[in-house]
Amino acid sequence: MIIPHAKPGTASKNKTGSWRDQEPDINKNKCIKCGMCATHCPEGAIEITKDGAEVNYDYCKGCGICAEVCPVKAITMRKIKK
Amino acid sequence: MEFKREDDLFVSGHTACAGCGAAIIIRTVMRALGKDTIIVNATSCSEIFSSCYPTSAWKVPYIHVTFENAAAVATGIAKALEAKGNDHTTVVVIAGDGATYDIGFGIMSGVMERNENVLYICYDNEAYMNTGIQRSGATPYKAWTTTSQVGTVRQGKQEWKKNLTEIARAHNIPYIATSTAGHLIDLTKKVEKAKKIKGFRLINVLSPCVAGWKYPPNLTVKLAQLAVDTGLWKMYEVENGKETINMQPKFTPVEEYFKPQKRFKHLTKEDIEDIQNKVNDYWKNGKGEIYG
Repeated sequence: MIIPHAKPGTASKNKTGSWRDQEPDINKNKCIKCGMCATHCPEGAIEITKDGAEVNYDYCKGCGICAEVCPVKAITMRKIKK
Repeated sequence: MEFKREDDLFVSGHTACAGCGAAIIIRTVMRALGKDTIIVNATSCSEIFSSCYPTSAWKVPYIHVTFENAAAVATGIAKALEAKGNDHTTVVVIAGDGATYDIGFGIMSGVMERNENVLYICYDNEAYMNTGIQRSGATPYKAWTTTSQVGTVRQGKQEWKKNLTEIARAHNIPYIATSTAGHLIDLTKKVEKAKKIKGFRLINVLSPCVAGWKYPPNLTVKLAQLAVDTGLWKMYEVENGKETINMQPKFTPVEEYFKPQKRFKHLTKEDIEDIQNKVNDYWKNGKGEIYG
């Protein structure tokens, strides 16, 4: 009998973004693209592009670490009404 | 600096709690290690949240093993690679403090003594968080857990934390280091250095835990940094017997580290003073006790 195995990287099917009750709001004018938020994000939900930090809300669980580590305070957390 | 999600070898969609320190550590470690890696994961939170069947957050070969035998399985893989003439793949154990300080310690000690070619990364969240916050050998003095309750006779754990890093050092392995989830450049450098060394290497990483330490999830990184700043967690590495302290403490009062954590909310002024004195003593006279 062959038991089907989990394929590499398939966890990205889990859209963990539905867990959050607050989410980061990035002020792109303030963002200096240092990458602190992206490296510290436990989910790996942040990307640094030419325009600044970009959050993938499919995965963001709303922990708020990005807002805490941002050296220029470009990230604020806003509550989500459910 | 550009930072792409697709470069991650540990992908989004794992089911760790919001603000998980272990997830930060594993992402950083995987970025530093690269694709040529085999992961041996002892039973722990990281196993549960990364390999929730039928999905996997890993993009590298991965095996889940029991609490006890992660170091032994890694040894087998390292030996098999050696027999095949492969001298480039890194065999890495990722385990929590339960598997490292307590249950898997006997086997790990044997593997250290034989100096097998394994890189062992312990993320230390200071209790058995996955099974419901039971105390472990890594739980610090006076901390609340479900098996070190706060009552009228005893308040929290009565023993000091086991000093695993120093025990490992006594095995004369080529590389031992400590780091935290709040010092990712330091952690990356240490993993990159350890990757190039042959023999048994241990990196012990402090990993704040939202569920078990009971603090707001945005403080994970800050608490890890405070542990070093207060002098409770010693940030150092030992390379072939030579010790280097990578970061001197700023001697921030230990109270600032304890305050946001509800597992320490029962601490009295005397308790905090007692711990502060022990920390001061450690850094001044090499006596006393610290957590790292």
